[in-house]
Amino acid sequence: MVNYLWVGMTVIGVLFAMVNGTIDQVNEALFKSAKDAVTLCFGLMSILVFWLGLMKIAQESGLLDKLSGFFRPLVRRLFPEVPPNHPAMGYILSNMMANLFGLGNAATPLGIKAMEQLKELNGGKATVSRSMITFLAINTSSITLIPTTVIAIRMTYHSKSPTDIVFPTIIATAISAVAAIAIDRYFYLKRTRNGVK
Amino acid sequence: MIPILICFILIYGTAKKIPTYEAFVEGGKEGITMSFSIIPFLVGMLVAISVFRASGALDFIVQFLKPLLQMLHIPAEILPLAIIRPISGTAALGMTSDLISFHGPDSFIGRLAATIQGSTDTTFYVLTVYFGAVGIKKMGDAVKVGLLADLVGIIAAIIVVTLVFGTK
Repeated sequence: MVNYLWVGMTVIGVLFAMVNGTIDQVNEALFKSAKDAVTLCFGLMSILVFWLGLMKIAQESGLLDKLSGFFRPLVRRLFPEVPPNHPAMGYILSNMMANLFGLGNAATPLGIKAMEQLKELNGGKATVSRSMITFLAINTSSITLIPTTVIAIRMTYHSKSPTDIVFPTIIATAISAVAAIAIDRYFYLKRTRNGVK
Repeated sequence: MIPILICFILIYGTAKKIPTYEAFVEGGKEGITMSFSIIPFLVGMLVAISVFRASGALDFIVQFLKPLLQMLHIPAEILPLAIIRPISGTAALGMTSDLISFHGPDSFIGRLAATIQGSTDTTFYVLTVYFGAVGIKKMGDAVKVGLLADLVGIIAAIIVVTLVFGTK
């Protein structure tokens, strides 16, 4: 999919340019954008180094675990099929905390652990369980507190206030998370009404 | 708010007797790996997008879709990003940077792109990695739930950004 899209954009762009007479602009854009991409990555580095460094302190000091306790009652209600003291619950919470603080790299292995535990709860079957869908619904709606990468991009392009999108982002992400949970519930009810679980 | 959060984390770490500086450096190293590893993705994507834009093909499509999307109050410039967001994280990151640099970080489109990028995730990537890792082939309703939630997220982003900043 991504391969077709990538080749498609480039090839259509070049062909369009030949018809449109914009081949010189394309030639210029080609090299300029490659340079811009590298500059951008260096811009991102400053923020990523600082944020991930800070988050490592939060992780090692147990601050993230402490915060996950705050979310536990809510998460328990979202996963009625998972026993409260089951290891799956712990992994789900840690994964959510990691996502919340923009630690994508830490979130993925925790999420996989959570999925393994959920599979075990489902009798090790290769079919998807209700809890798995809920877990992924929450994960794909990406609840983020501070969108570090986006702030870094805005800084690189000299925004007057790079962090002013934090508030809209939190609101939008909260709405999509609530929607994800509601849509998930709707499909669950639909499944159970049809007799298949 | 962010400086206060930083202070809090540092004080908390110190109170818990964590080697704060060492931990910071350790975590920071990950940031370096991360930014280096996205260079080839971003170079590839930004080049493709800017060729598409510079040729005039992007404008052509945007102009073509504008009347239809305007009725729904969706800015046409954002459509390619909205479509690509659930499919590829790096492609979306490339498009977001392209929109921010082209329209300006403090423009309506720039802010909207930033909000969409920050508030949704790569649904197909998450599904593939998580289901793949535990060997589940049939994803059931997960794809539908994920994509519908993305749609709600994008609509929410458009509404919130419009309400907070206006459409300038």
